[in-house]
Amino acid sequence: MEKKFKHIQSAHCENGVATSLLRYHGLEFMTEPLAFGMGSGIFYLHIPYLSINNGPAITYRTMPGWIFSRTCKSLGVKVHREKFRNEQTAQAFLDQKVKEGAPVGCQVGVFNLPYFPPEYRFHFNAHNLIVYGKENGNYLISDPVMETVTSLSEEDMLKVRFAKGPLAPKGHIYFPEKVGLVTDEIIKKGIIKGIKRSSRDMLYIPGNIGGVSGIKYTAKQIRKWRDKLGPRKAGLYLGQIVRMQEEIGTGGGGFRFLFAAFLEQAHQYVKQDQLIQISEEFTKAGDLWRASAVNMGRIYKGRLNEQKDFEESADLLMQISEIEKQAFKKLLKLKLD
Amino acid sequence: MKKEELPQDESPLASMTRELMYVKDKEGKYTTDLSTGWDVKKNALDNAWDDINERIAAASLAVKKGEKSPIYYFMELRIMDFPVLSGYTGFWAFTIKRHMKPKVFESLSEKNWQYMQKHLISVLRN
Repeated sequence: MEKKFKHIQSAHCENGVATSLLRYHGLEFMTEPLAFGMGSGIFYLHIPYLSINNGPAITYRTMPGWIFSRTCKSLGVKVHREKFRNEQTAQAFLDQKVKEGAPVGCQVGVFNLPYFPPEYRFHFNAHNLIVYGKENGNYLISDPVMETVTSLSEEDMLKVRFAKGPLAPKGHIYFPEKVGLVTDEIIKKGIIKGIKRSSRDMLYIPGNIGGVSGIKYTAKQIRKWRDKLGPRKAGLYLGQIVRMQEEIGTGGGGFRFLFAAFLEQAHQYVKQDQLIQISEEFTKAGDLWRASAVNMGRIYKGRLNEQKDFEESADLLMQISEIEKQAFKKLLKLKLD
Repeated sequence: MKKEELPQDESPLASMTRELMYVKDKEGKYTTDLSTGWDVKKNALDNAWDDINERIAAASLAVKKGEKSPIYYFMELRIMDFPVLSGYTGFWAFTIKRHMKPKVFESLSEKNWQYMQKHLISVLRN
């Protein structure tokens, strides 16, 4: 029963791994937006006082690994996960899996990932890729963010699987172990669960740094940055926001377009016409995120650098927060059965 | 974002791939399209690298002036921070901070320095 692995390009690595692996195991309906939505991938968090790469710590998505776990859980797919202390054991396990023929997901650090352009190699340890074979001592790699497949030598593979620092992968390897029968009813339930969970998280996460109130928190910080950090550093901070929001893996607009696409696809399973209308609102939010990026871009490019320009960016974020708040409230109230 | 509005600017990512983006087609339905890059984020990335290079230059100067130990320079050169360097070397961030004082660095045992050196250098490919 030789099944052929098919490389699928996606916006985000974890969604992509989830989509490809589940499709390989027979769940042909799976798409990136569905995986993202059922896994409640959309989120917002601004962690105060913590700096990453000398900029603010902001994320537009849930914790790495959660999307895949949640999506598989709602579909009744059992996932096998393994982490290792010993590099040799980790390699032996991967080789064994490759021999068995089924593709597996691996968490890796990008700092030593040879096919990444040097400009993109930071110490970021939560990238995901699929190993789907081995040829002449090189692993065959399907990296979901790439257009085509690629390969990695044994040595490079060990290096990226054992990158160190925050979120160190520790050789983390995972794959669906048992895939049962997935009916449209199960998909529908998974979609509803994803929508409700995302809405709850975004609206009611305690504290003022997460969800829609987290966006307001960032807006407030932006108003202070110019005085507190000086124009140059404040500009770098804005740059960091834009990179987190738009850089490879978000599908644009800090995952908001991806979420809107999910709601549109959800409509095929859950007949509720308001989903389409709410999807529009997230498209609008995504467009505003892009507009705020353009605005911030003018600041760090040095064209504008007055306090009022920072205020303008902050105002946009306040507006986005309000739009998303209303949209999530509607989603939470929606009758979806 | 509409499909025809998707930016196709230059980007260092070009050597690796084009990026998949979610856009709206003419009927207002979601579809995907590939983008070569966007100036807004390229500028952000360029700025981040300018900053990194300035930090490396400043670190080099601080070491030459005897204000910091070479460990500080290597940490900046490998774009690490304390949690990352601590992960690679196994030393506590607190200990590494001490090692960055030239006086403490001088008194570092041969074994400890070799260990630090091995990790600072081996982390980089090539």
